[in-house]
Amino acid sequence: MASATFRIWRGNKNGGEFKDYATEVAPGMVVLDAVHEIQATQAHDLAVRWNCKAGKCGSCSAEINGMPKLMCMTRLSTLPLNQPIKVEPMRSFPLIRDLATDVSWNYSVKTQIKPFRPRKPDTPDGTWRMAQADVDRVQEFRKCIECFLCQDVCHVLRNHHLHSQFIGPRFFVYAGALEMHPLDDENRLRELRDSQGIGYCNITKCCTKVCPEGIHITDNAIIPLKER
Amino acid sequence: MHEVDVQVTKFKFGQTSRIDLWWAQPLTVLLVLSAFVAYATWAAFQGVHYRFGPYLSPLYSPELWGNPLTAWIGGKPGWYPSWLVFSPAFFILPFPGGFRVTCYYYRGAYYKSFWADPPSCTVGEPRKTYWGERKLPLILQNIHRYFLYIALFFIADLAYDAWNGFWFNGHFGMGVGSIVLLVDVVLLGGYTFGCHSLRHRVGGVLDRLSGSPVRKKAHDCVSCLNARHMTWAWCSLCWVAFTDFYVRACSMGLIRDWRIF
Ligand code: SF4
Ligand code: SF4
Ligand code: FES
Ligand code: FES
Repeated sequence: MASATFRIWRGNKNGGEFKDYATEVAPGMVVLDAVHEIQATQAHDLAVRWNCKAGKCGSCSAEINGMPKLMCMTRLSTLPLNQPIKVEPMRSFPLIRDLATDVSWNYSVKTQIKPFRPRKPDTPDGTWRMAQADVDRVQEFRKCIECFLCQDVCHVLRNHHLHSQFIGPRFFVYAGALEMHPLDDENRLRELRDSQGIGYCNITKCCTKVCPEGIHITDNAIIPLKER
Repeated sequence: MHEVDVQVTKFKFGQTSRIDLWWAQPLTVLLVLSAFVAYATWAAFQGVHYRFGPYLSPLYSPELWGNPLTAWIGGKPGWYPSWLVFSPAFFILPFPGGFRVTCYYYRGAYYKSFWADPPSCTVGEPRKTYWGERKLPLILQNIHRYFLYIALFFIADLAYDAWNGFWFNGHFGMGVGSIVLLVDVVLLGGYTFGCHSLRHRVGGVLDRLSGSPVRKKAHDCVSCLNARHMTWAWCSLCWVAFTDFYVRACSMGLIRDWRIF
């Protein structure tokens, strides 16, 4: 069996360092498998968050060789195994320990976005009529698994730490899904501009690049909201 | 908004864990855009060799003031500053130039390449302060939606030029230059009709598009071009420069325009 070295961040909010772990790798393995193997055999106290192993729960977000990725969806065959694979926690959120970060800021941001408010029912029986063509656009946004990789990569949060003035790409997708919903008649545009900082986005598209659900965050959510 | 109470990682300029060639794309953008700007500026300052037979360089179209025999309005206007070299291109270039500079795609690309904001995804930046497009001056980029209307006029104008490119002394014909001009307007059309602001105008602004079938169709078409906006942007940019070069080289006698029929 081949072997590979994983250079994993170990530490907490007070500091830490990268530690190298060599482990055997087999065809079909993903980074999360290797991390579990290391946890089981060499580093029992390694903190790592995961749940579905299928790219659907959004728990296993980390940075692999510097790019935000889901560990469970990153096959080892896509990585250069002849050199150490760097695995580190998301850098835009406070670290709890090792690979686990505190993403609760995102949940509090979400509460500040005005919820869905449907227009008056279309028919006396209290129901609405929607055309598929009108929900196509927002269905793309509903694929979001809240992995927060886009928040992690966005330089407004990552480099400029504007967490208090900028809600980040994930929540432009969320606000977009509500704003463009054919039944919704709430207006969120003023907050998006004034307190939620859509103007900070300089459309450099890193969020789109890392989204594991392939949501066209910049083109389909942020720019249409900037245009509104 | 809820503050993050624990300091998150600070990055130095250029700091990253990426091991790929993250600098290659921004560097390419820097080089190609700089080369285009340098060529277009040089070509605009020439003021001559912008016409050859029925062909007109896109950098000089429409020729508002220029050669009194061919220009829409006339020769060099009386109010033109005497200290400045005269070139018909100076009246034209600010408009397509403004449209491109404020294009959503190019903005994202040159913020990376020319301003390192960020140099590339997950790479540390040189500056601490950041305003984004929230305040002056960059909030002015929103003027793009108005430049769009001028750009649409230019597409009509260049389509007219392309059509003229098939008429040689009153006879329909085709030279290599006719094809060069035709490809130019097709590429520029693909770029302009895929504009994000146009996508919003034609239908994106509506939440219930199904109620307006024409606008739905228009929105679908613009969205289709928009999905490849970057490709259209680069192809059209390079082709505009090439078209000017072709017309210029023919006019200067450096190459011969091959007549197909
Ligand atoms: S496009 Fe905007 S939201 Fe997305 S990463 Fe870039 S700055 Fe952030
Ligand atoms: S938009 Fe994509 S990257 Fe962002 S949280 Fe949702 S799934 Fe993750
Ligand atoms: S473990 Fe659920 S997305 Fe990776
Ligand atoms: S967004 Fe690129 S031309 Fe309008």
